[in-house]
Amino acid sequence: MHEVSLIESVVAIVAEERTRQAFSRVRAIRLHLGALGHAEPEALRFCFDAVASGTIAEGAQLMIEMIPGEGRCSACHQRVAMQDRFAACPLCGNPQLLMIAGGDMRVAELEVE
Amino acid sequence: MCTVCGCQTSIAASESGAGPTHHVHDHAHPHEAAHDHAAHGLLDFGRGSAGLEIAGLSQERTIRIERDILAKNDAYAGRNRARFQAGQVFAINLLSSPGSGKTALLVRTITALQGRWPIAVIEGDQQTSNDAERIRATGVRAVQINTGKGCHLDAHMVGHALDHLPPVKAGLLFIENVGNLVCPAAFDLGEAARVVVLSVTEGEDKPLKYPDMFAFADLMLLNKSDLLPHLDFDVGACMEAVLRVNPRIQILTVSARTGEGLAAFYDWIEGRAAALSSAGAPGD
Repeated sequence: MHEVSLIESVVAIVAEERTRQAFSRVRAIRLHLGALGHAEPEALRFCFDAVASGTIAEGAQLMIEMIPGEGRCSACHQRVAMQDRFAACPLCGNPQLLMIAGGDMRVAELEVE
Repeated sequence: MCTVCGCQTSIAASESGAGPTHHVHDHAHPHEAAHDHAAHGLLDFGRGSAGLEIAGLSQERTIRIERDILAKNDAYAGRNRARFQAGQVFAINLLSSPGSGKTALLVRTITALQGRWPIAVIEGDQQTSNDAERIRATGVRAVQINTGKGCHLDAHMVGHALDHLPPVKAGLLFIENVGNLVCPAAFDLGEAARVVVLSVTEGEDKPLKYPDMFAFADLMLLNKSDLLPHLDFDVGACMEAVLRVNPRIQILTVSARTGEGLAAFYDWIEGRAAALSSAGAPGD
């Protein structure tokens, strides 16, 4: 389950932020997770408490906002919603869509005190 | 997990196979020390952003940071890639499910190419040095990474493994990832090419079931072709499936057992490795 590694990276990012900005407690961590990305939100939630235990992120709430997939069609050049990575263009049927959103995984915001 | 720094590299067995040696740390790890203010006899209420505490007013605030979760891995991958480019090393990340024949393919490929190119291998498995030993039997240098509970190699582990290998100048580096069709997909190792192995004893729709692994691969090797006469595997349907996920992927049907189709794989490797060497040659 690579989500453990990803959550370890999230905790490392939070710890690094604490060296830059003074805070003593993290109330919430808000992730932006691409719907076409490499991680399952449920798996991230599942391992968060165990990974965060004993770190600055312990006790924080993990909030995951899904970012929908979006692509650009190489034939009709329109921006279209993508349900999966190998979807065909819903407008013209062209099988090649270039993914332009929904692939990345980011720590967007921290609520701290 | 490394007990010195807490990094996820567990054991990089030394190249001689002589057991674990601790890896060299030439980079800073931010260490998160446990910090208990009360233990210092100090409860400082003025440490919030406002610098003071007013009863009833929280110092809670939101910090917008917008940081990529994979940025750290990608930074290590960038360092590995720069290292490969400086040494004109063609690095291949070899991916598949367990049991598709990656190591057998690798042994055969090394045997065919080792007279023509310097070769080194990084082996990734949860446990044992069995695969590295199979590679070393060919005479080529190999480092085994045991990921412990880990399900994939990351760029940090590969960087450590490189420290245990003699530099391969203008040669080939094969990185055999942990057998897993899901997790390794997210982790760039700094490789120049991704090769995914699928064997004909698996389902032809695997590229559709595990699209991440196939979406970013440069080449698919359809292995164990010698078994095709005994199976109902539909090669055409499999190719159609993988091209749906990745229209740019190249496909070769091979057998690591009989050698069928492997000449084309060797040409594929040598063509790319030669292009890399000539592009990196001084004066070009």
